[in-house]
Amino acid sequence: MHINWFKYSSPQTFYPLAGKMIPWFAWLAVVFAIAGLYIGFAIAPTDFQQGEAYRIIFLHVPAAWMSMVIYIVMAGWAALGLVLNARLSAMMAQALAPTGAIFTFIALVTGSLWGKPMWGTWWVWDARLTSELILLFLYLGFIALQSSIDDARRADRAGALLALVGVVNVPIIYFSVKWWNTLHQGSTISMGAAPKMVTTMLTGMLLMALAFWMYTIAVALMRVRCIILERERSAEWVKQLSGADL
Amino acid sequence: MHWASWAAFFNMGGYAFYVWFSFGITAFCMLWEVLALRKRSAQALRLTQLLAQE
Amino acid sequence: MNNAWITVLRRDLLLALRRRSDVATTLFFFLIVSSLFPLGIGPEPAVLSSIAPGVLWVAALLAGMLSLTRLFATDYVDGSLEQMILSPQPLAFLVTAKILAHWIVCGLPVVLLAPVIGLQYALPNDALLVLVLALLLGTPALSLIGAIGAALTLGVRGSGLLIALLVLPLYIPVLIFGAGAVAASQHGMSAQAHLSLLAACSLLSIVLAPMATAAALRISVE
Repeated sequence: MHINWFKYSSPQTFYPLAGKMIPWFAWLAVVFAIAGLYIGFAIAPTDFQQGEAYRIIFLHVPAAWMSMVIYIVMAGWAALGLVLNARLSAMMAQALAPTGAIFTFIALVTGSLWGKPMWGTWWVWDARLTSELILLFLYLGFIALQSSIDDARRADRAGALLALVGVVNVPIIYFSVKWWNTLHQGSTISMGAAPKMVTTMLTGMLLMALAFWMYTIAVALMRVRCIILERERSAEWVKQLSGADL
Repeated sequence: MHWASWAAFFNMGGYAFYVWFSFGITAFCMLWEVLALRKRSAQALRLTQLLAQE
Repeated sequence: MNNAWITVLRRDLLLALRRRSDVATTLFFFLIVSSLFPLGIGPEPAVLSSIAPGVLWVAALLAGMLSLTRLFATDYVDGSLEQMILSPQPLAFLVTAKILAHWIVCGLPVVLLAPVIGLQYALPNDALLVLVLALLLGTPALSLIGAIGAALTLGVRGSGLLIALLVLPLYIPVLIFGAGAVAASQHGMSAQAHLSLLAACSLLSIVLAPMATAAALRISVE
C-alpha cells in the first residue's frame, strides 16, 4: 500500500488524523501502565538492600529516559522544520517541550524521594541528578523563548535553532558535570545505587517506559491540535470543521 | 504476589511516604497535563466557532 | 585580514570608546558582585579562598551577560545589521568581528581586574596566575555562546532576562573547567587538564557559534 506521507504534513489533513490517533495511544498507555505497575508491585521481588523503596525506580528511570529522548526527538522535529521549512514539524517540536519538561520534573522529584531514604538527603549533587536539573533549564529556556516571540514563524525557527544548539551542548554539559562530580567526590555515596537488576524489574521498567512513551505521543498530539487551531484560526477549513469535530 | 495483606502493601515496608508520594505526584502531573490540554482545546474550538459565526 | 571584517571590528570598538559607561558598568558589576560575597559569608581567609574560584567565575559570567543585550541591538535599530546580512561577505565571518569586539570591551577588562579581586579573596600567587590564564582561555567561549542568545532574542520583549535563561545553562561547562582549574592549582595539582578543556571549549565555540549566531540573526531580522 502506498501512503503519501506528504499529504499528512499539512495541518489541515493532520488535524483529523491526530484526532483519530489520540485514543489509540492513550489506551496503549493505560494498558502498558497497568501491566508495568502490576509487574512492578506484584511480581518484582523486594530488593534486599533497599527494601520496598526501590520501587520508585519504576517511575524514576523511565521518566529520566523519556526526558532525554523527548529532547532529542524535539530537536529532530525542530531540525526537520528548519530544513524543510515545514510548519507541522515545528509545531510538533513545540508540542513536545512541555511534556519533556514535566518528565524532567518527575525524574527530579522521584529521584529526590528515592534519595532521601537511601542516602539520607533530599538532594545529592550527583552527575545524573545535576544533568537532569540542567536539562530542565534547557527545556524552560526553549519554552520561554518560543512564548516570548509573537510572530509564530519566527518563534518556530528561533526555537528550532535553540534546540539544535542545546542538543550539541548536552553531551558536553554531561561530560563536564561528570568530570566535576568525580573531582568533588567528598562523600562516599555510591551512585551505583540502582539495585541489581532482576529480569522482572527490568521488564517492569521497560513497560513503564513504553507507557510513558505512548502517553507522550497522545499528549503531544493533543497539544499539536490545540496549536493548529490557535494558529490557523482564520483558515477556511478550521471554520468549517468547528461544529462537528470536537 | 508476595504481599501478606493490603495493609502490608500500603505500608511498603515502611517506605510508604516516599513510594506513594512519588506515584502520586507523577499521576497528578499527568492528569493535570491532560486536563489542562482538554481545557485549552475546548477554548480554542469555542473561539474558532465564534469566529466562524461572524 | 578582510577589509569589511576590520571595518566592523574598528566600528564596534570606536562605538565602545565613545560610550565608555558600558565598559564601566560591566566592570563595576563584576567588582560589586564579587565584593558582596565576603560581606555575606564572613572575612575568614580560608573560607574565602576556597569559594574564590567559583565566585569569581560566576561573577565573570554574569558581568559578561549584562552587555550581551546590546551586542546586536543598536545595529538592529539603526539598520546596519541588515546591511551586514545583505553584504557579500559571509555573515558568520562578520559576526566574529562583532564578538571579538564584545570580548575586548567586556571580557578582557574582567580578565585584567580578576587578579586584583583574587587578592581580596586571599588567593595565592600561582592560583592568581591560573585564574588569569583560565579566564583568558574561557571568556572568549562566553562571548561566542552569548552571541547566539543575543541573536535569538533580538528585539524580543524582556530579552535581558530571556538571554540569561537561554545562555547560562550553556555556560556550565566553561564554569566547571574554569573554576576547576583555579581550585586544582590551589590544591597543589596541575591545572593543565582543566585549561586544555577550557581551550577546547573556546575552539569548539569559535567553529560553531558564529554559524549559529548568523543563522539566528537571519531568523530574527527577516
